[in-house]
Amino acid sequence: MAALDTANGSSLRQAFGNVLAFFILVLIGIIAFSIRLFSVIKYESVIHEFDPYFNYRVTQFLTKNGIYDFWNWFDDRTWYPLGRVIGGTVYPGLTLTAGTMWWILNSFNIPLSVETVCVFTAPVFSAFAAWATYLLTKEVKGTGAGLTAAALLAMVPSYISRSVAGSYDNEAVAIFALIFTFYLYVKALNTGSLFYATLNAISYFYMVCSWGGYTFIINLIPMHVLLCIITGRYSSRLYVAYAPLVVLGTLLAALVPVVGFNAVMTSEHFASFLVFIILHVVALVYYIRGIVSPKMFKVAVTLVVSVGLAVCFAVAAVLLALVASSPTKGWSGRSLSLLDPTYASKYIPIIASVSEHQPPTWPSYFMDINVLAFLVPAGIVACFFPLSDASSFVVLYIVTSIYFSGVMVRLMLVLAPAACIMSGIALSEAFAAFTRSIKFQLLGQSETSQSDPGDTSSCSIETQNDVAKTNKNEDPIKERPSKRNKKKEKEKEKQKEKEPVEKSSMKSQIGKRLLVLPLEASLIALILLVLLCGFYVVHCVWAAAEAYSAPSIVLTSHTHDGMHVFDDFREGYAWLRHNTDVDDKVASWWDYGYQTTAMANRTVIVDNNTWNNTHIATVGTAMSSPEKAAWEIFSSLDVKYVLVVFGGLVGYPSDDINKFLWMVRIGGGVFPHIREPDYLRDGQYRIDSQATPTMLNCLMYKLSYYRFVETDGKGFDRVRRTEIGKKYFKLTHFDEVFTSHHWMVRIYKLKPPKNRIRGKTKKSKSKAGSASSKRSRTQKRNPWH
Amino acid sequence: MAKFITILTLIFLLTTKSRSFSPENPTDRRILVLLDDFAVKSSHSLYFKALKSRGYELDFKLADDPKIALQRYGQYLYDGLIIFSPTIERFGGSINHAAVLDFVDSGHDLIIAADVNASDLIREIATDCGVDFDDDPAALVVDHNSYAVLNSEGDHTLIAADDFIQSDVILGSKKIEAPVLFRGIAHSVNPVNNLVLKVLSASPSAYSANPKTKLLNAPMMTGSAISLVSVVQARNNARILISGSLSMFSDRFFRSEVQKAGSSTRHEKSGNEQFLTELSKWIFHERGHLKAVNVRHHKVGEADAPSMYRISDDLEYAIEIYEWSGTSWEPYVANDIQVQFYMMSPYVLKTLSTDQKGLYYTSFKVPDVYGVFQFKVEYERLGYTSLSLSKQIPVRPFRHNEYERFITTAYPYYGTCFSMMAGFFIFTLFHLYSK
Repeated sequence: MAALDTANGSSLRQAFGNVLAFFILVLIGIIAFSIRLFSVIKYESVIHEFDPYFNYRVTQFLTKNGIYDFWNWFDDRTWYPLGRVIGGTVYPGLTLTAGTMWWILNSFNIPLSVETVCVFTAPVFSAFAAWATYLLTKEVKGTGAGLTAAALLAMVPSYISRSVAGSYDNEAVAIFALIFTFYLYVKALNTGSLFYATLNAISYFYMVCSWGGYTFIINLIPMHVLLCIITGRYSSRLYVAYAPLVVLGTLLAALVPVVGFNAVMTSEHFASFLVFIILHVVALVYYIRGIVSPKMFKVAVTLVVSVGLAVCFAVAAVLLALVASSPTKGWSGRSLSLLDPTYASKYIPIIASVSEHQPPTWPSYFMDINVLAFLVPAGIVACFFPLSDASSFVVLYIVTSIYFSGVMVRLMLVLAPAACIMSGIALSEAFAAFTRSIKFQLLGQSETSQSDPGDTSSCSIETQNDVAKTNKNEDPIKERPSKRNKKKEKEKEKQKEKEPVEKSSMKSQIGKRLLVLPLEASLIALILLVLLCGFYVVHCVWAAAEAYSAPSIVLTSHTHDGMHVFDDFREGYAWLRHNTDVDDKVASWWDYGYQTTAMANRTVIVDNNTWNNTHIATVGTAMSSPEKAAWEIFSSLDVKYVLVVFGGLVGYPSDDINKFLWMVRIGGGVFPHIREPDYLRDGQYRIDSQATPTMLNCLMYKLSYYRFVETDGKGFDRVRRTEIGKKYFKLTHFDEVFTSHHWMVRIYKLKPPKNRIRGKTKKSKSKAGSASSKRSRTQKRNPWH
Repeated sequence: MAKFITILTLIFLLTTKSRSFSPENPTDRRILVLLDDFAVKSSHSLYFKALKSRGYELDFKLADDPKIALQRYGQYLYDGLIIFSPTIERFGGSINHAAVLDFVDSGHDLIIAADVNASDLIREIATDCGVDFDDDPAALVVDHNSYAVLNSEGDHTLIAADDFIQSDVILGSKKIEAPVLFRGIAHSVNPVNNLVLKVLSASPSAYSANPKTKLLNAPMMTGSAISLVSVVQARNNARILISGSLSMFSDRFFRSEVQKAGSSTRHEKSGNEQFLTELSKWIFHERGHLKAVNVRHHKVGEADAPSMYRISDDLEYAIEIYEWSGTSWEPYVANDIQVQFYMMSPYVLKTLSTDQKGLYYTSFKVPDVYGVFQFKVEYERLGYTSLSLSKQIPVRPFRHNEYERFITTAYPYYGTCFSMMAGFFIFTLFHLYSK
């Protein structure tokens, strides 16, 4: 009777816990969504930055023309005159997601504009990502850790920076897909269920659709499988979790037009195939060991090892030959720069020129993941007690993502979920330990007899606590043999039987060991932990509100006389939209390509999809050439207008003059007559009177500083903090047609070729001079008349 | 009454509008003639008469008349301008150096005759059109070899020139037999300048110097580098005639007999009248003015132009080209008109075939390259206005369902796939149920 009661009580408690967890999750989702709305509240509901504008334009096209036209979309308004096959070069996941959301809403007669849907896609998906984090962490370390991790992820600044409302970029949905794929993998690994493995492949497909970062998954999971095999953790569950992913996942990935045959042809995917083969070899070994006697097995091993080695060498040789025969050794530039951080800056200026491809600075870790950086080690330690398949996976995840984030700022985003999971585990373990010891010391051992040993298999913290208390005395004895067993046991069958037992017992052991803490110490530690979390929340809210919410197309600045809004970009694009012909071509540095096509609806020469280095180099060369040469380059591309972004008047630092050296480098990479040293005075980049003549006569300088001296009479550049070198000059081949309110966007029109060709100008000038001097002489004489 | 007047003016305006210069009717109608003094009107009456007889309205004004203006309320009052006032230092009214050049740049035609002591103003206008007169204000073209024998004054400044440009379009199809009498100043053109043409060049023995003074050092301009009469066709197809002599337009030169030194043939009449009249026909767009209309392109077998082609489409391209004969548009017949299918460089270059009635057509296959292409017709021939047409047309790759469904060469692979599947199925059956 008493047992029944306790069973009822515990199930009631579990149900209550589940309901509570559900509401906590809902709240976490709401926090994740609402913390990302600062940008809408502080600014307006607009699409942010550069790439989101392209995605927005694509989504508009999708909603207007349907999926087949989107798939086959050949865009003739970018990369003039090459054009771009958008359907085949874009990751369609985000677009299809937002398009579907819009379509569903509209079919429910909720008339939201495409823009609104796009703006709010990222916040919605960050809530999903938080829930996925919960699921993943729950698989690894139980509900408590899951909830903590989800709460941390909901407001981690690194992720906020890419998913505020309006930041309509691939990462917005890809992080969710990433975590969810990992969850399904771990789930499949824990359960050995083919159902989850299939779901995992489908989730992987969604990830492939969404983001080029899918290669992280298809390398991390094989790494984990390999780790499991090496540490002797091979099981049929591992096989079930991995094999369908490789087969189905690769087939599905090849369906995405942008990936296509890359799924089997590039080195990024080779690791998965290699591990797939190894897995089968290992499976075969285990199988053979099961059916033959140990002696026979030894013979078989030597046979297989020798043959296998030969085959491996052959395969490796073939692979090497294949890889070596391709010009980039089978690796794309971005991936190469992941392995060798200095690769891109050495060889590919176009990759190095993107700020988010630079290695991050130390402060950016503190800015982006804040206290998580300190909690991660604790989480890693916690993952080793005990080391399960799942926890070894998250350890591997955090280790690799820390490495990758050190290579590229952009991949900080991949680190953030891992850091959240680890910190969630650390925090929840710490809380569990402290509350348990408080509870233990407050209640004493009187209640221990009441709790039920049947709860051991449950994963929630509460039950764990109970288990910990009940099994306190027995566990140390159990622990040692099981550990020894684990090391010794290599046979499959035995492992299968023991693992569930091991797991449950291991879990209870942790609680055990950390139990003995003095009340005061645990109380103080608890308060400190809560304070830490409080600081984290404060920092996250601050980051969300101040640092990461600016849409970057509208800028604000606060001075003593109030807030200034710089809306020059939209002003400039609107001017283009209203004052130029539909088929006019606008040349600008590639950063502004997406915005020009989306906001001004004009054809651009290059844009942020940097697929053709030569074309970008052509524009870079034009910008670094003197006026006449630049005019010739531009008119050969049918360019009518040139747009430059200039921050010297208001102090906007990411303007074209600051990006100019990259234009020189990229241009010079293809057209060797552009040499970087020509633009540098003693290795220094300067635009003042010490600047080189090449610099002072290049198109970018002239278009940026044309008439600049008229603003303050001195030509003081507030970004470079100097007076400019050449103040008074005229443009011979370009006409200024538009300069925005704060001079941030300046648009020039190419002059048409002269209607007539003048004769010898010198002669006529001297003539005019002589004529005027004659006249003046006569005028001088006149008074005496 | 007021109504009546407005209607009258409206009708008047409409009629003048319809008769004035337009793309449809490119021949000039209203011409302003600026003179140094009205004596020129009678002394050069033959030339003016020839123009009038061809239907031009000549408006004679003194160059320093304070009321003259080229445009009013932004509309040009004239379609052509003749400046027969070589010594004018400053035009009257609102006309000045820039106004004349603006007149040209807005597509109107100009005839300038300079002479000895040509003013700086005239020289400047000429320079801006690409013609450099000799710097020395007193210099004349002197030719001791091919001077005109009759009424020669001994200093050999009256030249009988017969080095014409070889172009039927500019000078008419009838050959000019008699030499052209010329007395005036020399000018040179920059050989790099492809807009200006020497219509009448001096002989190799000519030079430019002041005949009254002793020649101290070698003259700056010598031989056939000296141009006597040049024409300029600006990029907007405005045409300009620049002559170093005003007197070559005069009745006296028109009527005079001519015999070139060293030649026994004596012509009753100089070539001036024929040369200058034919040249004026060209200048005022009675000849050599082309227009291209009805650019059509479509896929073979279709009638409408698509908004986009697909790679490897077969397409047909047609264009109609007409030449203005002075009164109507006549079909232009040539066999050297080419169309380019152009994206940064021509991918297809085809000579158009013609039906002799102005229609030019061809058909070709779109190259296997996608991008934004242009149909380009660039036609520049001596004496003709330049035709430059480009029409942008994107070329897209295949749609996903336009590829071949089954490739014959791949049948073995299909076979292996299906045999593999069948084999696996049988194996599964065998493995599961054979015990």
